[in-house]
Amino acid sequence: MKITIASGKGGTGKTTISTNLVSYMASLGKKVVLADLDVEEPNSALFLNAKIFNKQDSNKLVPSWNSADCTLCGECEANCAFNAILHLPDEIRVFDKLCHSCYACSELCPTNSLPMMPVKIGQITHFNCNEFDLIEGRLDLGQEMAVPLIAQTMEYVDKNYLEHIKLLDAPPGTSCPVIEASRFSDFVILVTESTPFGLNDLKLAVETMKVLKQNYGVIINRFGIGNDGVEKYCKNENIPIITKVKNDKNVALLYSNGKLIYNEIEHFKNSLDEIVSFIEDLK
Amino acid sequence: MKEVVIISGKGGTGKTSLSASFSYLEGSNAIVCDCDVDAANMHLLLDANFANRRDFYSGELAVIDPSKCTNCGHCFDVCRFDAISEGEDSHIVDQISCEGCHYCSRICPVEAISMQTQKVGDIYTSDIKNASKMVHAKLGFAAENSGKLVAKVKSEAAKLAVEEDRGFIITDGSPGVGCPVISSLSGADLVVLVTEATVSGLHDLKRVYELTESFNLKCVCVINKYDLNDAVTRDIEDFLIDKKVKLVAKIPYDENFTKAMAVAQSIVEFDKECELSQIILQAWNKIKNKTKEEDR
Repeated sequence: MKITIASGKGGTGKTTISTNLVSYMASLGKKVVLADLDVEEPNSALFLNAKIFNKQDSNKLVPSWNSADCTLCGECEANCAFNAILHLPDEIRVFDKLCHSCYACSELCPTNSLPMMPVKIGQITHFNCNEFDLIEGRLDLGQEMAVPLIAQTMEYVDKNYLEHIKLLDAPPGTSCPVIEASRFSDFVILVTESTPFGLNDLKLAVETMKVLKQNYGVIINRFGIGNDGVEKYCKNENIPIITKVKNDKNVALLYSNGKLIYNEIEHFKNSLDEIVSFIEDLK
Repeated sequence: MKEVVIISGKGGTGKTSLSASFSYLEGSNAIVCDCDVDAANMHLLLDANFANRRDFYSGELAVIDPSKCTNCGHCFDVCRFDAISEGEDSHIVDQISCEGCHYCSRICPVEAISMQTQKVGDIYTSDIKNASKMVHAKLGFAAENSGKLVAKVKSEAAKLAVEEDRGFIITDGSPGVGCPVISSLSGADLVVLVTEATVSGLHDLKRVYELTESFNLKCVCVINKYDLNDAVTRDIEDFLIDKKVKLVAKIPYDENFTKAMAVAQSIVEFDKECELSQIILQAWNKIKNKTKEEDR
């Protein structure tokens, strides 16, 4: 089973929930693995006693110009929908960062002068924590496209963890990276907070999940701060509220130090119990 | 005219609350620009009226005409995005997976595939509080091309600022370090990095700083919730000293930010006299002075 933990708004507690949940579920004897798919700013490893087990480069394939047989016909430029190829009088120039790896230029080139070659876009790191593993995708700075790395990180998890419950910590927002991290899951947990920003972005996230035809539920974090807009919205829309995590400065203090919460704060652990039993019921 | 871009790497550090405060303080001398197009929030604090709306088209989707398709499967073979599958009478395109690369439409032997331009969002120009104006956008649900939408929002804000002879563009960026963030940084005169005194705040600050450095952009920093963790705050300050980044404000942990948000106000409007508002006012003045310095 695969569960994505997402949110429209950033900083609502996705990573806090993900890291505590994976650790708590493992301590209950469950087979569980966490994937950090917030590849632009991966943070999960900061909160877990994580030791590196394996590290590999993540590549994407882009065309690489081979001048020997090239007739400079310009077909490649015409076949690229992303302006990633420039046909100059005496040269074909490829802009790697704009390339979507569709292969059109390469395979339609009459002289096979644009073979696809790997370029590094980031790293996939496999960590061992005591009772479970963490797989982290980390985008190289300056790279624009997170989606291929997210897909490769998920592939690594799918290949290596057949029986496990897979928890996926998604990036914030509602655009391509979140969609990639959510579309193949069995269920999406949307973490929000009971503030107007939280509500506004929850609505956007819910609409996105509807387009993806995903099943989803909501965790209201920092419950008690702000107002009751989120709760009312969920009730009106019949969206299950999985748990409400109380607003508590002590949670923020532990978080600020990179510490897990559930061993220290009872109400937080109770919330995790509610999440665990919700997940059990999904099976 | 100077453009100040506020970004944070990590979400939820207070970027939008600060951007809205700066906008409120500068009033009619600024154009406000919300580049967090896939989770836009700033309009909630600035009472935007969505006065003028335009469609934004970008990117394309393959569409297969079932009356022409012979189900030969050539399109399926070339698609690298698993966007094409075999249906009963014709092949079918999955709209979410399609990247709009045109490959299938170029090679279809019976020309059954056409490319359709997609509307991916709306752009708005709004009147907002304090006689200012704001350019903002809403990306369509599950849509792509947020980077291009950001670029469009920015260019419209720049045009408006010139037309109306405003002194500043105040731009609220999105979290992360990827395409929408890179897009929102282009042309910035000064970048305000907003972080918080948490281990993840520091981690994300380092990454987002490196990004601005690679574009050779001038930065200042605000530490939010600085009193949450003194040790991390010291680490952040050491990092800033090492990188010669000016610290313009240390803001304490204060739930009044959220109380102001609950009544759709920025903190400087909610309680002008409070300590938080004074700190933010001073920060904004330091930021404005920094934009006047010529050196990088």
